[in-house]
Amino acid sequence: MRLLPLIASAIVTTALVFTLNIQLKIGNAKAPRLGYFLSPQHGFWKNAEKIDANFDASIVANELQGNLDVYIDDRLVPHIYADHDQDAYFVQGYLHAKFRLWQMDFETRIASGRLSEIAGADKLPIDRMFRRLGMVYGAEKTEANINETNPKMKATVDAYTAGVNAYIKQLDPADLPFEFKLMNYAPEDWTPKKTYLFLMFMSYDLTGRSASVDLQMTNTRDYLGYDLFDKLYTNHQDSLDPIIPKGTVYEKPSIVPVKPLNADSAYLHKVNSVAFNTVYMPEAPDKNNGSNNWAVAGSKTKSGRPILSSDPHLGLNLPSLWYEMQITTPTHSTYGASFPGSPAVIIGFNDSLAWGVTNAGRDVFDYYEIKFKDTTENEYWFNGAWKATTKRKEVIKVKDSFDVVEEIAMTHWGPTMFDAHYQNTQSNGRNLAVQWTALNSSTGVETFYLLNRAKNYDDYLQAISLWTCPGQNFVLATKSGDIAIKQQGSFVARWERQGDFIMPGEDTSFQWQGIIPTNENPMIKKPERGFVSSANQKSTDASYPYYLGAASAFPLYRGISVNMHLNKMFQITAEDMQKLQTDNYNVFAATARPALMKYIQLDNLSSDAKRMVTEMTNWDLYNSVNAKGITCFKIIWDSVEQAVWGDELVGSAIPLLKPEAYVLLDQMLKDTNWSIADDIRTKDKVEDLKTQVTLGVEKATEKLLALEKENKLEWALFKATRVLHLTKTPALSRMDLPIGGGVNIINATTENHGPSWRMVVHLTDEIEAYGLYPGGQSGNPGSPYYDTFVNYWVEGKYYRLLFLSKEKLKQSERTKWHMQFQKSNS
Amino acid sequence: MKYIVSIFLSGLLTYAVGIYGDLPWWSFVITNIIISIALPIKPAQAFTAGALGVGSLWAGLAFGTDMANNHILSTKVAKILPMGGSYLLLIFATASIGALLGGLASLTGSFVRAHKS
Repeated sequence: MRLLPLIASAIVTTALVFTLNIQLKIGNAKAPRLGYFLSPQHGFWKNAEKIDANFDASIVANELQGNLDVYIDDRLVPHIYADHDQDAYFVQGYLHAKFRLWQMDFETRIASGRLSEIAGADKLPIDRMFRRLGMVYGAEKTEANINETNPKMKATVDAYTAGVNAYIKQLDPADLPFEFKLMNYAPEDWTPKKTYLFLMFMSYDLTGRSASVDLQMTNTRDYLGYDLFDKLYTNHQDSLDPIIPKGTVYEKPSIVPVKPLNADSAYLHKVNSVAFNTVYMPEAPDKNNGSNNWAVAGSKTKSGRPILSSDPHLGLNLPSLWYEMQITTPTHSTYGASFPGSPAVIIGFNDSLAWGVTNAGRDVFDYYEIKFKDTTENEYWFNGAWKATTKRKEVIKVKDSFDVVEEIAMTHWGPTMFDAHYQNTQSNGRNLAVQWTALNSSTGVETFYLLNRAKNYDDYLQAISLWTCPGQNFVLATKSGDIAIKQQGSFVARWERQGDFIMPGEDTSFQWQGIIPTNENPMIKKPERGFVSSANQKSTDASYPYYLGAASAFPLYRGISVNMHLNKMFQITAEDMQKLQTDNYNVFAATARPALMKYIQLDNLSSDAKRMVTEMTNWDLYNSVNAKGITCFKIIWDSVEQAVWGDELVGSAIPLLKPEAYVLLDQMLKDTNWSIADDIRTKDKVEDLKTQVTLGVEKATEKLLALEKENKLEWALFKATRVLHLTKTPALSRMDLPIGGGVNIINATTENHGPSWRMVVHLTDEIEAYGLYPGGQSGNPGSPYYDTFVNYWVEGKYYRLLFLSKEKLKQSERTKWHMQFQKSNS
Repeated sequence: MKYIVSIFLSGLLTYAVGIYGDLPWWSFVITNIIISIALPIKPAQAFTAGALGVGSLWAGLAFGTDMANNHILSTKVAKILPMGGSYLLLIFATASIGALLGGLASLTGSFVRAHKS
């Protein structure tokens, strides 16, 4: 034996194994364990799916009540045919896991504040935020409520859970989804709680902006004073075209919320301003989270049958939030987009009707200021006495570090979001508790369960009446010719501006005075104009007896655009509806451009500025891929906004809420001597809108020239839309997509946000449906089905959706594979 | 002859222990050590035999997988790692790591029975 070489060689070998077996740090990121990751029999190579992969399979599962078949079409969309409803949900869970397991794990980790567990201490701020918001608390309450009161939903979610776990159980470690290998962790069993956490995340995504906006509104009001605030952040929208047409007469409200007598001084701070202390949130849902939906009646269509369209605008991600499927059992036959993480179809149609959703935008989240007796937070002042809090312990595991324990004081209102333990430098010790309808247990999943089975208008009403959070505009079209839209959710009966700002929490005088009864929520069925629609605008005009919430939550222009088009359309076909969903007309610019031109002093402009203005005026008002005029318009408008109110907001140490574009536009249309236009920093002169707009154009020109140099003046190049992988890794994303659209556009595609599922359903005898989402059915970046639909989506094309009986589907030439699920081997 | 057999056995056993997803990815280090103890050859030869055995197996598996996948995943991974999106470079890196470790393992084993010259 040659001892020294042996020892040396053994040490080198061991050291190399060790090095290749740990996650090395490359820059700020952690590399995968290289040896493992590159090993062709263990690592990522195993996820490189054959391009002609065969998805035929035979699966035995004892949990099933009977045998069933799944046929998979050429787009990898599964069509489940089961004899038992629970079996269908078992298989839905199995298929979600088979194709989307990693995203299911990752998204529920975000929701439950468990990212640090896999990614380390960097993720602590975001984990702590979600814990303190009460995400886990809310999911647990929903779970307990469903377990106690709703055996049908419990059985459904249990069957779904069992399906996910049946897949996980048979999964060979070498076949783990790619991202588990990349990030070096393993999946854990699915639980019903994870399904409720996923749904909590949707509530956060669609109503949680208030968690930031309420703080920003409070800060802005304190900074500007109430009167100026109320001018710049007015709730009045001149050009509103509400979901329920203007002039609709509403019944007398059953709740008349009363504004507390001291609200002007203690809450709105109209009288004297209090000490300026601010707080803000580390993260907020996208402002553009919203959607379009509409249904046209037979009176307006070529076929005489209704057509329904729905396109939810959400973050554009790979793997997609959506997964297409058909579920057919003896009780129902449904097709549409499902959420990996939840049973049933979320937006879709069945053999009797179709439905779609848009976000209601109503304010269901408030902060209350808490006075604790001392730093133990064991007691707080409430209704004239010290009241005991309860403490909720949330343990956050941190990779390569110690656990962090979050102790949350629970109050009358809800969890304490901000206190001495969770602050930032500017918060000055403010204690804020959260009251949020998402934290009241819900049985929302039942709404979709029932919609999947609904046969008619009454079933639809019954199904959505159970919906609490996030509030949605549910649109309906039936084969029998009904169309309807209803805004449904658990909505707070508010007095004007209640909850726009942080509210005093020392007694009950500012508490919610009731939840609006479901039958008083805005709704309309078969209106004379022959269509119903929504695009996140305010649902009603001011004659609706309840306060809807601050106007900044309600974008104006998409709704105007949708209604403008639908009003003048007749003999409509499904193809017309596809064209409308992908329409790029800029209704905001149509009004704002002439308004700008009124104020631009062309003679005072530089030659470059003139050229940019000409580019803008020659533009055809469509946000199309190659248009340069929209880029000029956008930069000029933003710059003018900055010139007009930048001076009012510039002194603040933290970002304040920017006033909405319509506030400036409405003023420009009305009034040339608007006091806000004056730059308050120049004491010796008074600027008017003309000076400010012209100044804005000059400033914009600098930016536009820089863009021109980079060759980024064309709209799509400027906008650079991308569908981002959930880890934000560019290599796994689709970058720089040549697609038009934008904010205020029906085709609401912005940088990383837009129509996440487009669907058009023609309610003919044999349903004629079209749809797609910007992703692919497989969540595996190594699969040819990973991003299959992205190009079509960019081009504004649609797939004809295969919605057929088992016999017909078996024979369809588009059917490619067959998965058999068997109860037992016999 | 022992040299050729060593190469072949190294590749074969690496593949065999790799089938079991529950075993660690570096299990071939053990099998390579055993091979070069059982079939003593000169250390330099042992190194190349182990390197060729594991390296060519990994190269072959990666290459075959990549062809059948039309480079979909390798191109993405070669941007993450980063290798400028080159699947060839990624296959080369994969084979190199296998070869280096395989070689070192066999070398280590070879010293167990090697005599001082």
